[in-house]
Amino acid sequence: MPGPIQSVERAAAVLRLLSGAGRGLGVVEVGNALGLAKTTAHGLLRTLVDVGFVVQDDDGDYRASPALADLGRPRTGADDLRAHAVNWADSLAARTGESVRLAVLHEGRALVVHHVFRPDDSAQELTTGTSLPAHACALGKVLLASAPVRLRGSLPAMTARTVTDAAALRRALVAVREQGWALEVEELTASVAGVAAPVRDRGGLVAGAIGVDGDADRLVDTRGRPRAGLVPAVRHAARAISRELGARPS
Amino acid sequence: MTTRAATTLDGAGQRPEHRGYVVAVDQGTTSTRCILFDHAGRLVAVAQREHRPHYPRPGWVEHDAAQIWRDVARLVPRAMAQVDASPADVVAVGIANQRETVVVWDRRTGEPVGPAVVWQDTRTAAIVEEMAADGGADRFAPVCGLPLATYFAGPRMTWLLRHDESLRRRAERGDVLFGTVESWLVWKLTGGPDGGEHVTDVTNASRTMLMDLRTLDWSPELLEAFGVPRAALPRIVPSSQVYGTARAVVPGARIAAALGDQQAALFGQTCFSPGEAKCTYGTGGFLLMNTGTEVPRSSHGLLTTVAHRIGDEPPAYALEGSIAVTGALVQWLRDNLGLISTAPEVESLARTVPDNGGCYFVPAFSGLFAPHWRAEARGLLIGLTSFVTKGHVARAVLEASAWQTREVVEAVEADSGLRLSSLRVDGGMTSNNLLMQTVADVLDVPVVRPMVSETVSLGAAYAAGLAVGFWPDTTALRRRWHRAAQWSPAMAGDVRERGWQDWQEAVRRTFGWVRHEVP
Repeated sequence: MPGPIQSVERAAAVLRLLSGAGRGLGVVEVGNALGLAKTTAHGLLRTLVDVGFVVQDDDGDYRASPALADLGRPRTGADDLRAHAVNWADSLAARTGESVRLAVLHEGRALVVHHVFRPDDSAQELTTGTSLPAHACALGKVLLASAPVRLRGSLPAMTARTVTDAAALRRALVAVREQGWALEVEELTASVAGVAAPVRDRGGLVAGAIGVDGDADRLVDTRGRPRAGLVPAVRHAARAISRELGARPS
Repeated sequence: MTTRAATTLDGAGQRPEHRGYVVAVDQGTTSTRCILFDHAGRLVAVAQREHRPHYPRPGWVEHDAAQIWRDVARLVPRAMAQVDASPADVVAVGIANQRETVVVWDRRTGEPVGPAVVWQDTRTAAIVEEMAADGGADRFAPVCGLPLATYFAGPRMTWLLRHDESLRRRAERGDVLFGTVESWLVWKLTGGPDGGEHVTDVTNASRTMLMDLRTLDWSPELLEAFGVPRAALPRIVPSSQVYGTARAVVPGARIAAALGDQQAALFGQTCFSPGEAKCTYGTGGFLLMNTGTEVPRSSHGLLTTVAHRIGDEPPAYALEGSIAVTGALVQWLRDNLGLISTAPEVESLARTVPDNGGCYFVPAFSGLFAPHWRAEARGLLIGLTSFVTKGHVARAVLEASAWQTREVVEAVEADSGLRLSSLRVDGGMTSNNLLMQTVADVLDVPVVRPMVSETVSLGAAYAAGLAVGFWPDTTALRRRWHRAAQWSPAMAGDVRERGWQDWQEAVRRTFGWVRHEVP
C-alpha cells in the first residue's frame, strides 16, 4: 500500500490555513506559513481554485470558498448541466433519430432535466421535471452505478422484465461501470428500450446521464443487442458534454 | 481559438449529389464562427473565436475589420479540417453577420480605413437628433421603414464622411468602399483589390436607412439627405444568389448567400410564410415575423425590414420588434445582486416558489424599446411585500422576458393583421424550461424549439445551398426542420389576464423617470 500523498496533505494544510486566517492571504503568505516555495504554493492555490475549494477576492488574495460548507451539493447543478448539454443532445437526437433525455440522481430516482423530441415531428410531450425509477431505466442505471447508494432486498417491478433483486442489480451495475454505458430493454415500459452513458465533470464525478430511448424494435436487434452505432453515438455525446464541464478525456 | 470535435457522419449510402458541405460564417458582435452543415441539414463541424469590441470613448464601440477577416480566414479551414473537407467538398458559402456595423476600406490596398463602427455605437446621436428636428424621427420611415436612430448604418456613414473631408473626396471617386460586414467579407473572399465583388445583401441594406423598401435600391432622396455618395456604396443583391467564386480561403467555392443575423435566424427557422415568426433569446430578444411580399407599415413602434430575397423572386418582408433586456436581466441578477452564481441557476431559484408573489420587474435599464420607445423610462421592481423572497424576484425576472415578448407579439399582430399560431424560439435562453413555459403561458400559443439551435448559421447555409441547387426549394428546407421541444400553454385565462394587466401597469410606472440630466 502506498504511503500518504504529499500534495493532498499540503492541499489540506492550505485549506486549514485559509479557513482559520479570517482574511484573504497572498501566495507569499501561504508559502511562508507552510514552508513552501512560492511556485509550489501558487500551484496548490490555483488547483484549489479550479476545483472550487478556494476563491480569489478582488485584491487577488485567496480565501476558503463558502462552497466548502456545502460539499454535498453537486458541483454542476441541473441547470448548468442542461445549458452545456443542449447542442449535443440535439445532435444526438438528429443522428440517432430517437428522443434524448438528460437525467440527474435525485432522491434515489432519475430526474429528467432535459428532453429532446424524437425528430419525426409526431406529437410528443415534454417530460422535463418528471422522475423515473432509477433501477428500471438506462439513465438510472448509469447514475446508480457511480452513486454510493445502498441497494437491498427487492425493488418494485415496472414490467415483467424489471430487475427486482438488489443483488442482481448490483451485479448489473458493475458491468455498467466497466463498459461505461447501460442498456435497458422493456424493464420500464413494454416495447421500449434505452441506452445511456455518464456525463462527468472535472475530477471525474458523474454529474448526470444522457441517453436515447425509443421503440425496442428500432433500438435493439433480435438478440437484444443495441443497434450498430447507437452506443458510440451516445458515448460521443456524453464525452462531448463532459469535456465542456471540464472533465479530462478518459 | 477553440475548436470543437466534429460529429462523425454516417456517410455511407449518400447519393453523389448529396455529398459535400455548406460552409456558414456567422460573424457576430462577440464572436466569429464557422459551421459546416451536411445535406441533411445537420451540424458537422464548428470552429469559433471570440473577439472584443474596443471602447475608445464613452458611447463609441469599434471592431477591427482586418481582425475579423483574419478570423474568418483561419476558422473556415479549421472547421473544414474537422471533417477532412477540401475546398472541392464545399458546395457553397453563406454569410450571416452582425447588422448595421459599418466598414470602410481602400479599394486598392484592400485594407480597412479606420475601425469598423459597431451597431451599438452612439456617436451619431447628434446627427440623428439634428435630422429628426427637421421633420421628426419618422420622416424617412415611409421610404426605408426605419425611424431615425443611432442603431442604423446610414447615419454612421454620414458621421464618418463629415469627420474626414479627404474620405468624402475618396468616396466620391470610389477609391474607398463602404459596406456592412457581409460586404467586406464577400469582397475579400472574391478577390479583394483583384476583382472583388462589392455587394450588399438586401436584408443588410434594409438596415441602413438608405434603401427604398419598394425598389430595393438605394434611394436618391435618402442618399442626398444623408450625404452618402453612391460611388462608394455596394450593389444591392438578393440574399440567396451566387455572388462570385472564392479566390481566397476556399478557392473555387461559390459565395452564395448573405443575410443579417436576425433575418438568417428567421430563414433557419424556415419561417417562409406570412404569419410565421421567431424570437431569439440572448442578452436581448429579437422577434421577427414574416409578413409576405407587401411592405408592411407599423403604427406600433416596430421596424419594417426585408426578411429575405431568393434570387429573382419577390422579396419577403418582416416586422421586427427588439427587446433590449432579456438574458441580460438574469446576468444582472448574477453579477450585480449575486442572487445566483451562474445564469442557468435562475430556473432552480424561481422554482422554489409557485408564482411571482405579486412581484413584477420591468428591466428598463436603458429605457424601453419596442413597442414603447421610451428613452426616459428606468427599471422598476414593484409589488414588494414582506412575503416576497428571492425566489419571487427570480420568477419576476423570467416573467419579464415573457411579458415583453407578449408586448412585441401584440404589436406585430396589430400591424400585420396576422395572428401568431405558434412561436418558434432559439438562442441560449431556450434551455430555460420555466422561461419557455412562461412564454407559452402568457402568449397562449405553443412555443417550439427546433432541433438545430444554431439557427443563424443554419439560415445562412440554407440560403447558400438553395442558390446552388444543393437543396431544391424552401419546401425541402421545411422538411429538414424538426421540433426538439414544445411548450404548450397551461395557464388559466383569468390568471393570464390579471398578470397582463399588472404588467402593463408596472410598465406605465417606469415612464418619465429620468427628469434631469445625470452629471
